[in-house]
Amino acid sequence: MSFTSTLKTLWHKLGSPRWFYQMSGPWVVGFGLAALILLGVGTVWALGFAPPDYQQGNSFRIMYVHVPAAMVAQSIYMGMGVAGLVLFVWRMKLADVAIAACLPFGMVLTALALFSGGVWGKPTWGTWWEWDGRTVSTLVLLFLFIGIYALREAIEDAGLKARASALVAMIGTINIPIIKYSVEWWHTLHQPASFTLTEKPAMPPEMYLPLLVMVLGMYAFAAHNIISRMRNQILMRESRTQWVREAMAAGG
Amino acid sequence: MQFESWAAFFAMGGHGLYVWLAYGATFLVIAVSYLSVRASRKRLQQEFSWLPGDGGSATQEEETKL
Repeated sequence: MSFTSTLKTLWHKLGSPRWFYQMSGPWVVGFGLAALILLGVGTVWALGFAPPDYQQGNSFRIMYVHVPAAMVAQSIYMGMGVAGLVLFVWRMKLADVAIAACLPFGMVLTALALFSGGVWGKPTWGTWWEWDGRTVSTLVLLFLFIGIYALREAIEDAGLKARASALVAMIGTINIPIIKYSVEWWHTLHQPASFTLTEKPAMPPEMYLPLLVMVLGMYAFAAHNIISRMRNQILMRESRTQWVREAMAAGG
Repeated sequence: MQFESWAAFFAMGGHGLYVWLAYGATFLVIAVSYLSVRASRKRLQQEFSWLPGDGGSATQEEETKL
């Protein structure tokens, strides 16, 4: 079998809610355990063992929950944008399942990033809120999540609901590079990126290693939550099919 | 450990309120997200327990396209 035909088979399988449901059971457990361990170790490390910042003191420990929330929220949105594209081009039902499953956690995580940012800003910049470039573009991200959620609640027709939310999800990805470059375009309050997964950070290892652990833990929890929601969505949507009845009769 | 005592740990050098608010909110979000997805799964399982397991009206073939 050639490489392209293998790829085609995989693509076809990925499009099948049944195949996804049957494969993803162990993924949920794996990501859940990884999240528990990483977030547990990361939190103890961040709160008790990472050195305090020489300027900010201990309020800088908020970074260890603020940065993961903001990073993962943006990644979830990008994931939704990609799912939107897949839905538009291949009309893949699983892509709509993914969009629906990304919304709740993406929304609360963005709100959390804004909240922890405000709580960090108060002792650091002296204000809970400032119309700073990155803060505002993150607020736009929150409105995008809320907007798509509201759109899905408002539209009855399943096909139209899927296409409309896919379209907004795709268009909204423009906001992601805006969040990223906002610190360079508008020199307001936010400091330039202190941490990326791909480059060596400017912080000493005893400061960035706990951050790396927290970021990975948040990604693992997001995967756990989104895949679980996708599985619930699949059960709901496919409740009339034989395989769902059989799976539920066998204990899910 | 960066702190001399538990009291110093909770005080966070005077920034305790902010640090604990941020961490509290984070773990609240994680806990609520986990519990809500688990509750809807339980609800689905209960609903499905009333459906016929042998098929009944369940004859629909899988459809992967929208």
